[in-house]
Parts: sequence; C-alpha cells; structure tokens
Amino acid sequence: MPPIDSGDTGWVLVCTALVLLMTPGLAFFYGGMVRAKSVLSMLMQNYVCIAIVTVVWVVLGYTLAFGSDVGGGLLGGFRFTGLAHQAEPVPGLTLTIPPLLFMAFQLMFAIITAALISGAIADRVRFGAFVLFAALWSLVVYSPLAHWAFSPEGWMAKYGVLDFAGGTVVEINCGAAALAIAIVVGRRHGWPREAMPPHSLPLTLLGAGLLWFGWFGFNAGSALKADGLAVHALVNTHLAGVGGLIAWIGMERLKTGVATTLGAASGAVAGLVAITPACGYLDPMPSLLLGLLAGGACELAVQLKYRLGYDDSLDVVGVHFVGGVIGTLFLGLFATAAVNPAVVHEGLLYGGGLGQLGRQAVGVLAATAWSFTATYLLAVAVNRVIPLRVSHEEEATGLDQALHSESAYDFGSVRSMGRIG
Amino acid sequence: MRLVTAVLKPFKLDDVKTALEAFGVQGMTVSEVQGFGRQRGHTEVYRGAEYTVSFVPKVKLEVLVDDADAADVIDVISKSAHTGSIGDGKVWSTPVDEVVRVRTGERGAEAL
Repeated sequence: MPPIDSGDTGWVLVCTALVLLMTPGLAFFYGGMVRAKSVLSMLMQNYVCIAIVTVVWVVLGYTLAFGSDVGGGLLGGFRFTGLAHQAEPVPGLTLTIPPLLFMAFQLMFAIITAALISGAIADRVRFGAFVLFAALWSLVVYSPLAHWAFSPEGWMAKYGVLDFAGGTVVEINCGAAALAIAIVVGRRHGWPREAMPPHSLPLTLLGAGLLWFGWFGFNAGSALKADGLAVHALVNTHLAGVGGLIAWIGMERLKTGVATTLGAASGAVAGLVAITPACGYLDPMPSLLLGLLAGGACELAVQLKYRLGYDDSLDVVGVHFVGGVIGTLFLGLFATAAVNPAVVHEGLLYGGGLGQLGRQAVGVLAATAWSFTATYLLAVAVNRVIPLRVSHEEEATGLDQALHSESAYDFGSVRSMGRIG
Repeated sequence: MRLVTAVLKPFKLDDVKTALEAFGVQGMTVSEVQGFGRQRGHTEVYRGAEYTVSFVPKVKLEVLVDDADAADVIDVISKSAHTGSIGDGKVWSTPVDEVVRVRTGERGAEAL
C-alpha cells in the first residue's frame, strides 16, 4: 500500500460531501417538477435513500461491489462485510487515501443512483414499497454492476470498458431501472391527456444548481487524487454542462420559439450525465461537443415516452439513460491516453480504430440488459409483497396528505386547523 | 339594495378601488378568480410538451350598494377598469333581499 497522501485525502473528503449534497439537490430538482400535492413524497423518497442505502451499503453492498472477486468478475466477496478489514487495501486499486474514505465516497454514488429512479414513478408509489425496493435494488442491482465496472477486478473493467465516474453504473443503470419500474408501476391516472406541469420551477433550478456543484465532486473526485487528472475532469464536466444547457434551449427555441428555464436545467443535467463516464479520458473541446450533443439528443429523447406510452414522469430515461449511453459510446471516439494513461486503446478519431467503441458498446448493452431485467423482476417481486401503487383516491388526493399526513405549502388562509392530540 | 359584481383585469384593480373610494363606496370584497370570455387562455411548454391554459387569472370585485347608487357604481367601475383591449371583463348587478352588519345587528340600507 502506498502511503496516505494528505492532499488526496483532503480532496476526496470534500468530494464525498459534495456528492452527498447531490441527493438533496436531486430531491429539489425532481420536487419542483411534480405537482404541489406530492412534492413532499418526492423529497422523502430521495432523503430516505440517504438513510436506507447507507445501511445496506455498509453492511453488505460495499463488500459485494469492492470485495475481492469471487470469480468471473461478477461479484465481490464477503471480506468487507459490516466494514470489516478496512486497514486492508481495496482489491485492484492503488490508493493514496484511506480505504474507508473510498468506501464513503462510493457510498454517495450508491445513494444517488437509487434516488434517481424515483423520478420515473413520481406521484403514485407507496412509501413503504419504495423503501423496500430501494434497499433491495441497491444490493441486488447496483452492487453487482458497481463491481463489474468500478472494481478493477470486475469483468467490464478487465474487458476494457472505460467508465470514469459512472456512465454505466450510475446513469445507464438508473435510467434502465427507471424504465423497468415505470412499466411495472404503470401510468399516473390521467396521463398523458391531463396536464401535469411542474409546480415550482425555482425549486427545480435550485436543485439543478446543487447537482452541478456536487457533480464536480462526483467526477473530479473519481480521480481519487488531487492531481492534474482531477482538474481535467472538473473542466470537462463544466464544459459539458454548459454545452448541454446551450443545446437544449437552442433546440427549444427552434422548435417552439421559446427558451425555457426547465430546458436550461434539463440541458445542463443532460450534459453532466453524458460527461460522467468520459470526464477523465477526454480533451476539453470534445467535452464541450459531447455536452452539446447530449443536450440536443436528450431534448428529443424526452418526447419518446409520449410515442411509446410509458409514464417516465420526470424523464429519467430520456435524460439519464440516453445521456449515459451517449457519453459512454462517445469515449470510443475521443478517449485519449494523452489525458489519462489508463486509456489503453485510443478512440476512433485519435487513430485507435473501432476497438474501444466496440468495448464501450458492450458496456452499454451489458449494463442496460442487467439493470432492466434485474430491476423488472425485483419490482414485480416487491409488488407481490407490498403493492407499489397507491389507490386511485390517494393518488388524486396527493401523496403528501395520503401517505405522510403533511402539506408542503400552508398559506394559512381559509384552512382551519385544530389540535386533536 | 343591490350587489354589484365585476370580473376585471387584475392590474386595473387599484384604479377601480381608487375610483370607487372617490365615489364614496365604504367597502368591497375582492377575490382572485380564473375564467375566460372572448379572451382565451395561453400556451405553456414544459420539456417540449405544450399545454393550453384555458383560464385566465382575473379579480372578482363585489360591492353592496343602495338601489339608487347601483347604476353609478357600475359606471364608475366600467370606466376605471377600461383599457379597450379584449379581456377587460364584465360588471353586473343583482338584487339583494337582506343585509345585516354583524357587529351591531343593523339591517337593510343602515348596514351598508
């Protein structure tokens, strides 16, 4: 084990906090987009992921993801169960930070990936069922995929799929899972005939800002060192967010004549999603291009649900899945060892041929197939134990009152409240 | 006694209130309402999905007046709320059988 570096450790400590902040950021990004009667339930689903995924991760999830491989690069062993043996190195990694810090940093990724799914099933899922689903999903779907791609002993990492900060593990994973559970849960009553516009775009923009801020920790922190590569990842991340914002509102302006705030927030997130796998392998200009590409493509992709008839309420598929696929494949074109010596095969446009693009495509297909299938089966199983869906009446009332006995906005006018207990 | 009701453009409310006070009206009730007449709603766009919003925000103003004042009050409101563009709203009056001032128990015109 190399000695612990205080600079690296300080940086990753900060990044861990930054990535944690992304989940409240996501909560508000999503919360603003739902109707006023279900905003608390959306916030709650995100916040409860912080708690429930943490417990699952420290007990078992971390060791399944980063424990020594049990064979075939499919799953980690049980050596780190309950955070045992944290004085030992993380298998396959040469870290200059304490392994326990690596565990905490990765925990924040596990939290937000589970939380991201909630956007696809907004306004209609029972709280208890969601808690059960999120706990099991993190263990059964997230941890294995994290092992495949993030652990150097995982089969995807060994095969040469590049994923710097989670294009497959986080973005494609949450997007494919979102599609699966949205199909199992079904559409909101009235969708798509009835208008369900966002109730508070300022909340959504605030949330997008927190996400952007936290994303520097997510991506640049994934260098696991405070070095030039981290700086590169940070600059690339910002450029892609900017590209996404510009492209999305540009597309809107062309199509409908107006640029919207929701479009600006969505575009930035789409660009940030796409750069996630790529930020540590690209030059800055291709990163800006990737952001532009993702912003434009995701603006088109969010219309798919109306054609195909699935109610992915807040466009987890259209933004995270599509953005994740674009970013992961883009590496096959533009990855270069000049930025990161870990790139063994240069991208197509750097003279490396089609090899890396092929590896990236395998990563996309494997992550999609695994996440969709496993999530679908899990959602069906959970639905048998605790029905996922609230009653029609509860959905009409709004989940805040029906499930949490609270209202988000009390303007104190006509409503009369008396204490009864 | 009559109840004069007006549905008006929200930004004209202050002008109307000032004009009514100048005329001598002692009180009024205002509520925020939504509706449409010849002025139709507008369109909103969220992530490319266009929605038509059929109802336009308006204010509803209600004033209780003596029979003799009703025509003048309608006049004051319609003049002060006038912009000449579509959506200026409507004013009407209806007969009122009984009015009671809650504090004193006064009835009829005394209670206005």
